[in-house]
Amino acid sequence: MDLHEHQAKRLLAAYGLPVPIGEVATSVDRAGQAARRLGCSEFVVKAQVLAGDRKAGGGIRFASTPAEVEDAARKLLGSRLVTRQTGARGADVSAVHVEERITVARNLYVAITLDKLSGTIVMLASAKGGDDIEERAADGDTIIARLPLRIEGTRIVGNFEAFAARIAGEERLAAGLATVLGNLAAAFLGCDATLIEINPLAVTDRGRLCALDAKVTIDDNALFRRADLADLKTHNVDVAADASEREAQSFQINYMKLEGEIGCVVNGAGLALATHDLVVDAGGRPANFMDIRTTASSLDIAKGLGLLLQNRSVRSLLVNVHGGGMQRCDTIAEGIGIAMRRAGRSLPIVIRMAGNNARFAETVLRNNGVVYTSVDDMAEAARIAVEAARQEAA
Amino acid sequence: MAILVTPDTKVMCQGFTGRAATFHCARMLSYGTKLVAGVVPGKGGRSHLDLPVFDTVAAAKEATGAAASLIFVPPEHAAAAMIEGIEAELDLLVCVTERIPVLDMVRVRQALNGSKTRLIGPNSQGILAPGIGQLGVMSTVDARPGRIGIASRSASLTSEVVLQTTTAGLGQSTTVGVGGDPVHGLSLSAAVELFLDDPATDGIIVIGEIGGNEEEEVAALLQTRQAAKPIVALVAGRHAPPERRMGHAGALTTGGRGSAAHKIAALETAGVIVARDASRVGQTMREALAR
Repeated sequence: MDLHEHQAKRLLAAYGLPVPIGEVATSVDRAGQAARRLGCSEFVVKAQVLAGDRKAGGGIRFASTPAEVEDAARKLLGSRLVTRQTGARGADVSAVHVEERITVARNLYVAITLDKLSGTIVMLASAKGGDDIEERAADGDTIIARLPLRIEGTRIVGNFEAFAARIAGEERLAAGLATVLGNLAAAFLGCDATLIEINPLAVTDRGRLCALDAKVTIDDNALFRRADLADLKTHNVDVAADASEREAQSFQINYMKLEGEIGCVVNGAGLALATHDLVVDAGGRPANFMDIRTTASSLDIAKGLGLLLQNRSVRSLLVNVHGGGMQRCDTIAEGIGIAMRRAGRSLPIVIRMAGNNARFAETVLRNNGVVYTSVDDMAEAARIAVEAARQEAA
Repeated sequence: MAILVTPDTKVMCQGFTGRAATFHCARMLSYGTKLVAGVVPGKGGRSHLDLPVFDTVAAAKEATGAAASLIFVPPEHAAAAMIEGIEAELDLLVCVTERIPVLDMVRVRQALNGSKTRLIGPNSQGILAPGIGQLGVMSTVDARPGRIGIASRSASLTSEVVLQTTTAGLGQSTTVGVGGDPVHGLSLSAAVELFLDDPATDGIIVIGEIGGNEEEEVAALLQTRQAAKPIVALVAGRHAPPERRMGHAGALTTGGRGSAAHKIAALETAGVIVARDASRVGQTMREALAR
């Protein structure tokens, strides 16, 4: 689960990290009221979307008066923001964060995340922060220092002092930075985060540190023991997910809507990715990504398929199912049978089933009156589904 | 023979009396796996599936000589179960459990460091050595004893490639699912290395997918070790739409790796035959062996 900037900043402040004063607002009036309460001489109005590179996308605006804050909020609220990190679909702006504009002397970069391969927690830092840090790191212009950390009991341990001294350069700043890094580590473990990134971590004109932005991702698998954070889950809707994608989750199905015509029904994430590749290779465009989880019942599958069949762009269905030890083909066949009876539309269906109970599944499909083309080879199945969609469109 | 398991491997199951564990243990027993004990804290002294149940891993190991464990413990207790297995100095742990908090896995990796234990998973379908035994939840209907080793990040594509290698008349020496979680035990490249050293494996199939950098590590391994057997790889997700990202740290930790194109290029440079068509992996291996 990704946190919005305003949530992340509140969370980090509770761990002693310095953040600008600010308030979140969901309407123009409230943004103005927030600005008047804050009473700053300069403001920043920031679109609250769950992705980075907002500045280049126009999602960060500056203002000097509450009236200008209202103007900025008016432009941002209700708009759709597209940045390099949102994907082409962009993200709807339903809230802005109004905060004090900090006068910056220099910008640092700090983050704590997982190094997946070594299975360790790693802190990353650079003496030069900013949105273009990836490009600068790739070009070798900016050095990213790494500090591997260990969990000991309820603490993350590491030599934050030495690491801070390397980044800060100047002694006065190093002590403050070491405290920030220690608090960052405590927040990471305390919240079961998988990412906390502060970019930039500003050094103000008065020599103080301040987190101007914060990206926090919480491990969904740990929400069972973080009740306070679990409550945020209902508010933090994935920017990219539409309603059908969220609904599918409740049916034990990972579903992502795409722009194409071939409806894909697949079990297992790897097989789903491979099926997607085969459809594109055959010249088609998948209408979705679907991974039926092993825990899905036939009724779940029927409901998930229902979501797919509601999408009027879908012109043919490609079912590629490999029955494993936990999810058998006949369960999925039954789900297809129920979904097609409810669908109230007919379209070409190409079915390839293999593995556990594949033959029995064909009987189940026939007993349910499903009209379909049966294909043994999945690449061939993809080609036939693409061709069928083409003929439907014609 | 196979990697990781032998006909003499004695296995215990942690979380033995749960519903899924009971179902899969019964299947493993009928497949001929030497499952000899179960471990469930508080249920020691009972019997389940005609096998003795113990309170601790150490007690089960002491009484039965089992040195491998299949872990079916719910996510909130799974890390503790793995660490118990590591502290009891088992040779092999296979963890099937999904949705374990990732920081728990960081603790498990710390416990694995310097231990004698090998961990497969979590979120793994397990290990299948056709004709020898099964430590996991995969279907066995299409598997046949043979000489192809399969190291995989995907359970569903493993089933698929098992079917293809059987259809191609090759069969499998062992299949290993390294697990779908970001932090796990045995890496894909470590699994490939075991197959390189296995005299019963004539060819290796690597099943990868987008994300992470395990395929790149396989390529790096093969740059340092000349493979004396053909290696065929499948990388799923060549046409997957780019994912939304949060910040820069992900890219900074992996150095921009992770795309299918990057993985395929790295593998091909290392001499791996990359099958573009997921339905032709078995056939591609048969052709490679005939060369």
